[in-house]
Amino acid sequence: MQIDFSSVAQLIEAANTNNVAISRIVLQQSACDMQITEGEIFAKMASHLTIMCASVEEGLSPNTRSLSGLITNEAFLLKEYVDAGKSLSGQLLGSAVYNSLAVMATNACMGKVVAAPTAGSAGVIPGCLVALLGSLQIPEEVLINGLLNASGIGMVIARNASISGAVGGCQAECGSASAMAASALVEIKGGTPTMCGHAAALALKSLMGLVCDPVAGLVEVPCALRNAAATSVAIISADMALAGIKSVIPIDEVITAMGEVGKAIPEALRETSKGGLAVTPTAKKIEATLYS
Amino acid sequence: MHIFDIIGPVMIGPSSSHTAGALQLGYLAYLVLKQVPSKAVIKFHGSFAQTFKGHGSDKAVIGGLLGYRTDDVRIRTSLQDAAAQGMQFSFQTVQLPNAHPNTIVIEAQASSGAKTEIIGESVGGGNIRLTSLDGIEIEYTGSLNTLIVEIYDYMGAVSQITGIFMEKGVNIERMRFFKSKNDTRKAITIVETGDAISEAVTQSALGLENAITAIYLPKID
Repeated sequence: MQIDFSSVAQLIEAANTNNVAISRIVLQQSACDMQITEGEIFAKMASHLTIMCASVEEGLSPNTRSLSGLITNEAFLLKEYVDAGKSLSGQLLGSAVYNSLAVMATNACMGKVVAAPTAGSAGVIPGCLVALLGSLQIPEEVLINGLLNASGIGMVIARNASISGAVGGCQAECGSASAMAASALVEIKGGTPTMCGHAAALALKSLMGLVCDPVAGLVEVPCALRNAAATSVAIISADMALAGIKSVIPIDEVITAMGEVGKAIPEALRETSKGGLAVTPTAKKIEATLYS
Repeated sequence: MHIFDIIGPVMIGPSSSHTAGALQLGYLAYLVLKQVPSKAVIKFHGSFAQTFKGHGSDKAVIGGLLGYRTDDVRIRTSLQDAAAQGMQFSFQTVQLPNAHPNTIVIEAQASSGAKTEIIGESVGGGNIRLTSLDGIEIEYTGSLNTLIVEIYDYMGAVSQITGIFMEKGVNIERMRFFKSKNDTRKAITIVETGDAISEAVTQSALGLENAITAIYLPKID
């Protein structure tokens, strides 16, 4: 069966028909489309995972400080708190969130990141996966399959809606990343392809309508926070789907709706820094200080 | 689009348009000069003019001029690296009429005397569009190997240019031909190919009757 990534339903059906995970369908089709071997794709995804791990590590440093100074050691602070064992979120959720903050700090400090699907939403997927690596000791190959699964969902979203904040607001970036991560987490935890679809739908619905309003035009405030929030949404959505909760609205309809909502979001709230948090008195003061 | 456009690319942050795209424009000036320039003036327009420091666009352009790629961690220290290599550089902010909000002008000169001036746009996701090269209005996005030939127009000029490609065995994928807006005696031919265009093709184009210049820009990742 030829997969053209025109729907998540198509991925789920192909996986169910062949009794394999979504990641396998994505791997087979991508090898065919890109005219390289499955091994080469797997190796490249493995190197992306390695870079993701390094981007988490770098951003957890207590000495982190972005060019603007708006992002400092937030990831380190949260790590100290969560790792002390007293957080409300617990170890897995807490570490996923500090990992995502760490990647966004690395990005803001001109470090190396993997766009997933964009630089502005680069914290969500590594945030979740690196937490699994640390907390649940899930083998790397399983996480690489998770990345393949996530990229399949992302392909459909990019095709049928958007993954760009300038086009669809933050829902298109962090919302998409969260949906991709939720689906990946379900596969990693042994859930079915159908559950993957529900998890992605639950996550994307939760973040629908989110605007893109970066303070001073920088990928810092509120981007890092929204990555953290989207990370937690991915984890709870995966858990809900694994528990058997279904999304009333199927994932493909949610994706289309997200695209339509994106078109309805005013331009001022689509990465132009002309609305929302970007025009608050404090943001204006920050802007004046940075660009004087 | 494939999966590594979704999980990827690997890049130096913080912004694909303001960092990776800015670097690509600097890199193009480096490719035109075929060497690291000794002198460079970078002019930022629009959104770049306001946010270039916060996004590290200044370091990115200089990194590109040094030949760095978008995933090179040395971008962070490019200003020091350039100074250490003796490059003199300066940044200005400008307002260009009717320009794309993310436009950069780069004037670069090599110690050999070779010079170039490029005007380019960062159009999002790290993608770029070069709109002017040494005063010639062009359109180049880096997706294909491109030969730009400027010529004083005469009957049969285009067929002579395509003849060179045929003779050297390079298949043409896309081609555009138009009169210069600045001087209607001049015509510009942009030939794009999947295969690399050899130096011999460029030299033959330069050798054409009435040729003013021929510049090769390879495709970039």
